[in-house]
Amino acid sequence: MENKMQELIKDFREHGGNIISLLQETQEAFGYVPEEAVFHFSRELGIPASNFYGVLTFYAQFCLKPRGKNIITACRGTACHVKGSERIITNLKRELKLTDEENTTDDKQFTLEQVACVGSCSIAPVVIVNNKILGKMTTDKASKEINALRKEASRG
Amino acid sequence: MDKSVKVHVCMGPAALAAGGVEVLQAFESVMGEKNIPAAFKKECSMHKVGCLGLCAKDVLVDIFVDEQKTTYEFIKPDMVQRIVDEHIIGGSPIVEWEVKEDYRKFHAKQVKVVLSDCGYIDPENIDAYRAVGGYSAIEKILSSMTPEEVIDTMKKSGLRGRGGAGFPTGVKWEACRKATGDQKYIICNADEGDPGAFMDRAVIEGNPHAVIEGMAIGAYSIGATKGYVYIRAEYPLAIERLKKAIPAARDKGYLGTNIFNKGFDFDIKLKLGAGAFVCGEETALIASIEGQRGMPRAKPPFPVHRGLWGKPTVINNVETLANIPYIISKGAEWFSSHGTEKSKGTKVFALTGKSVNTGLIEVPMGITLREIIYDIGGGIENGKKLKAVQTGGPSGGCLTADMLDINVDYESLAKVGSIVGSGGMIVLDEDDCMVNVAKYFLNFTRDESCGKCVPCRIGTKRLLEILDRITKGLGKEGDIELLESLSSDIKSASLCGLGQTAPNPVLSTIKYFREEYEAHIKDKKCPAKGCRDMLTYSILEDFCKGCGLCMKACPAGAITGDKKKPHTINASACIKCGSCFDVCKFKSVARE
Repeated sequence: MENKMQELIKDFREHGGNIISLLQETQEAFGYVPEEAVFHFSRELGIPASNFYGVLTFYAQFCLKPRGKNIITACRGTACHVKGSERIITNLKRELKLTDEENTTDDKQFTLEQVACVGSCSIAPVVIVNNKILGKMTTDKASKEINALRKEASRG
Repeated sequence: MDKSVKVHVCMGPAALAAGGVEVLQAFESVMGEKNIPAAFKKECSMHKVGCLGLCAKDVLVDIFVDEQKTTYEFIKPDMVQRIVDEHIIGGSPIVEWEVKEDYRKFHAKQVKVVLSDCGYIDPENIDAYRAVGGYSAIEKILSSMTPEEVIDTMKKSGLRGRGGAGFPTGVKWEACRKATGDQKYIICNADEGDPGAFMDRAVIEGNPHAVIEGMAIGAYSIGATKGYVYIRAEYPLAIERLKKAIPAARDKGYLGTNIFNKGFDFDIKLKLGAGAFVCGEETALIASIEGQRGMPRAKPPFPVHRGLWGKPTVINNVETLANIPYIISKGAEWFSSHGTEKSKGTKVFALTGKSVNTGLIEVPMGITLREIIYDIGGGIENGKKLKAVQTGGPSGGCLTADMLDINVDYESLAKVGSIVGSGGMIVLDEDDCMVNVAKYFLNFTRDESCGKCVPCRIGTKRLLEILDRITKGLGKEGDIELLESLSSDIKSASLCGLGQTAPNPVLSTIKYFREEYEAHIKDKKCPAKGCRDMLTYSILEDFCKGCGLCMKACPAGAITGDKKKPHTINASACIKCGSCFDVCKFKSVARE
């Protein structure tokens, strides 16, 4: 981790110092933005940690906690909404035993994220499972996806 | 065989989900096995194309045998073998797999400018764009037009910004041209944040070079040498296309230094947005590119005078930029021959929701709503009734079923309290509760308010709370008036477009569907049966056959009953999800 952070800092200095890009690359490298990394950058670059957190909490893309092995992204765009995304999301939450506050399962297998629109409105409602776009979703189809991933996980 | 054959597989967002990649692979392997590329002496090509429009019928495949086009719908990889054998080799198209009359009707009233090459050329092949006349517009202006002449052409064409506000592009360019600064910038706003809209995504994915060329033309006109594409991270495929297209343009000398040997320098950088709707606002977008929180600032000074890093900057939307090469190539008069007096040209819409045909459409400005919904969209699915059409996303409003003959252009929509916006068009039917729709948008704007202005930050939250209680059956007398007065305060006291327009979905639904609000508040009923908390589900004993489908479907385990005997719903365990209502074949689940 130490080495990666040094590399990111080097890039940051060479490319004109853009905080958003630095944090995007950090998330790319670690899957989320660890607190340790933020304070490390802050010390090394002499930029207050609050500046980093200002950006981190402003943009929806950033994640401050480790995410699960499988990322389930439910779209709640307008087209998805009128085609029943709310029910799918409620169902997924119940199935994965997640709350409004906690979106990663205890076993760190699943993270349920919601996104404003992925631009696949003509096949709404849409759920993305590990970067694979699945259209015309139903609660049933979503459950099947989760079960398949669970089986995979138990097989190791 | 002295034949030519071209296979175009749609690879728009919906086609990808339907297996477009696999279909193309199937063509490649089947044609390869049969050694067809060698057998067809004239030409044999297979490639992906951008969105073909009618996403509801994906995967769509266009096959050209000796330039004779046949379009197939719902293609799966296992159908490819037969197409190759019977059609490509045998010469007789498979009629039952071809698109039907509805596909022709879907396209009949459309006019393609921005999308003219999208869906035909391979978006990852710069030569394909060049072959249809690409990069000849920039070549033309560099050799024969002054920046002022280009700006004049843009003004004459009447092109207005397609991002939502509809500001005349030529006027914006002229202001930036006249601004003084040692460095100027042009930014392509590809932060398509409106939920329910995917026009910009489709344009970039289907024809990225048109956007790049549009930017280069803009840069030459205003005197910029650097450009940025600010694109949202939620569009990975569009990002990938640009990551290939920009270096390809550089390699060919269409970007970089001394373009076309005319001494013009221009290059483009890609900036990924990090997920903030407010960054669609120009000054917020600039702050975001600079690496800060995307908070809007007061205007003036406008970005054309003080923009990125304090330098004069033009920000244009993707669709606006993609129009530009065509305007330069075909002329301002040609462009302005489409559309109405004040709204020129065409507009791309994402037609979604409850219409039979959903997908990407491009229509001349001024077309009637009826033509869009019934001719292109094929009417409402499942024989339901049209209730409203939502345009302009969270900043827009609703058009009702009585407004079918309205012309879809900037002025006409503004007159009835909606906007053209970026191009999202969501069709709602009788099952959609308008209070719920307003709540949906307020939930969105509440989340996305940057927090700078108190009326927007707190006002949207209060609006949402009121709407929330109305949809839960807890609305109070006076809530409608409270929504109206709060909305007017938020509109007048917010700095940027987000706050100024956030109450529009509320105001527009109150204006046209006031009785629906009243039914929620006074009668504690949701007429459209869309508000979950106001519904109760029960099983009608007389109709229930005891098939057990509902019991299986119920995620809460609230339904019990013996086989072949009427089932019952335990009201205290019921989560009102509606699954039982949807699965029952005997209409024996009552929803009140």
